[in-house]
Amino acid sequence: MIVIFFVVPTVMNFIYPFTNWSAFKPGIQSAGLSNFRDIINDGTLVSSLKITLIYAVLVALFQNLFGLGLALLLERDTRVNRFARALFFLPVLMSALAVGYVFQAMLKPDGALNSVLSTLLGHEVAVEWLGSTTWTIVTIALVHAWKWMGLAMLVYLAGLKTIPEDLQEAARIDGAGRWKAFWHIRLPLLAPAVTFNVATALLGTMNGFDVVQATTGGGPARSTEVLNIFIFRTFGQGLYAQSTAMSLVLFLSILVLAVPLVLFLRRREQII
Amino acid sequence: MSAKSSSRDLPRRLQPFAALALVTVVIGIPLWLVVATASKTTSEALDPNLSLPSQWELIDNLRQAFTEGEVLKALLGSMLVVVPTVVAVLVLGAAASWVLARRGGRATAVMYGFAISGILLPPAVITVVLLLRQIGIAGSPIGMVAVYTGMYLSTVIFFMVGFIRTLPLELEEAARVDGASPFIVFSRIILPLLRPVIATATILVCLYTWNDVFYAFFVLGGSGTSTLPLNLFKVASAGLYLNNWNLIFAYVILMTLPLLIVFIVAQRRIIAGITSGAVK
Repeated sequence: MIVIFFVVPTVMNFIYPFTNWSAFKPGIQSAGLSNFRDIINDGTLVSSLKITLIYAVLVALFQNLFGLGLALLLERDTRVNRFARALFFLPVLMSALAVGYVFQAMLKPDGALNSVLSTLLGHEVAVEWLGSTTWTIVTIALVHAWKWMGLAMLVYLAGLKTIPEDLQEAARIDGAGRWKAFWHIRLPLLAPAVTFNVATALLGTMNGFDVVQATTGGGPARSTEVLNIFIFRTFGQGLYAQSTAMSLVLFLSILVLAVPLVLFLRRREQII
Repeated sequence: MSAKSSSRDLPRRLQPFAALALVTVVIGIPLWLVVATASKTTSEALDPNLSLPSQWELIDNLRQAFTEGEVLKALLGSMLVVVPTVVAVLVLGAAASWVLARRGGRATAVMYGFAISGILLPPAVITVVLLLRQIGIAGSPIGMVAVYTGMYLSTVIFFMVGFIRTLPLELEEAARVDGASPFIVFSRIILPLLRPVIATATILVCLYTWNDVFYAFFVLGGSGTSTLPLNLFKVASAGLYLNNWNLIFAYVILMTLPLLIVFIVAQRRIIAGITSGAVK
């Protein structure tokens, strides 16, 4: 009894510090504050934080729209749909880094997407998808959403399965159209799936790195430099103190977002 | 009545075509780009496009990426990291979850909240590396396993505690009355019942650790050990390979194959496993 009730939590307490303990270190060191002053004064803190938040919100939005759309399209259990679901899940299995490289090649000015568009529209298209300081963040958010939409789709499909058939039947008999039935009956019942998907997408992307690194590396002109890219870059330059400071910023900003979410998830768990 | 039912049937009949068209455009085009480019010669692949390769050199490119990209070594590194991580996460997670799920009281609740906080909170990556250096396991598979275990234990505990709470307590009590020790109760009763969650957890942890490059870069970067994604990153950013898209994509294919094979073999179980945890 003692071994399991006492030793195991202790072991856990030894493992958890690997993730959390060190985040507080900059506060202990006496030079701690000057690093924060540096990144606040040169504007990196605010800009990186802003970029990260925009990126996370865009990805959460796209990923859920695509995931829900796919789930609704592929809801029926037919052979074609099972095949399509499996293919849409393929990007989830791929490394995000690999996905990034694929889309770097797709989105080059003379890359595949522009040549397809040129053929379709009948004139030369040369959009620099990854070269705009304003719109590139949207492009890479779409790429990120492309990679994970298969997972969101599966969660929504599972959510749709829990909705009893007779509810829809009842709505249909009452004369509700497709759209109305979806909006008023199925969407509210999908709430748990929405919560799960939005929460994981939002927080997962806050902590994202691979897709951005592989497509733009933070450019152009650092307009897509999310927090983890900054941490990665300053670490590579040997500026450990700056990267730890930013890492603490990341930790705190996720904490601010996460605490309400954890409470919400736990409350839901207790109800069920 | 018949007019109404046919207006309902039309979308139903069009749906398979819409689904296939969407798959072709959204998944097919990027996939074709990878396969086509990986099959081209270096000069042809300089500007990756969707055209057919003039001659198929897929096998040659795969072979070249395999030897020059040190795939075998990286594969070994990935295995050395992923397999012990999965084992550690499952063993520690199952034991801890049993305790957390079965014990009441404030202390346990606090400990549970603390334990699952790691699902959402990011690890402090730089200081973890400093800590590993102090202990002397930075740059080794052991250090990497420790970091991954710390990161994903939360997720596993969250799933397992939720599951154990649904199991009837009577089973354990009966065994205990019959004189079984806690260890026997755990290994003979709890562990077998946990099988579905263990499957889910294994899949999730494999998916994350197999493809991770960020943490691997910090912990393993510059050391003798490499993993497949870390190696891809090195290969793709090395001057030698710059714009050698055929080799980069050949590497991508090689790297994705193991998970793809696992997925094809265990597709049904994987999908059930992932979705069962998310929507209760």
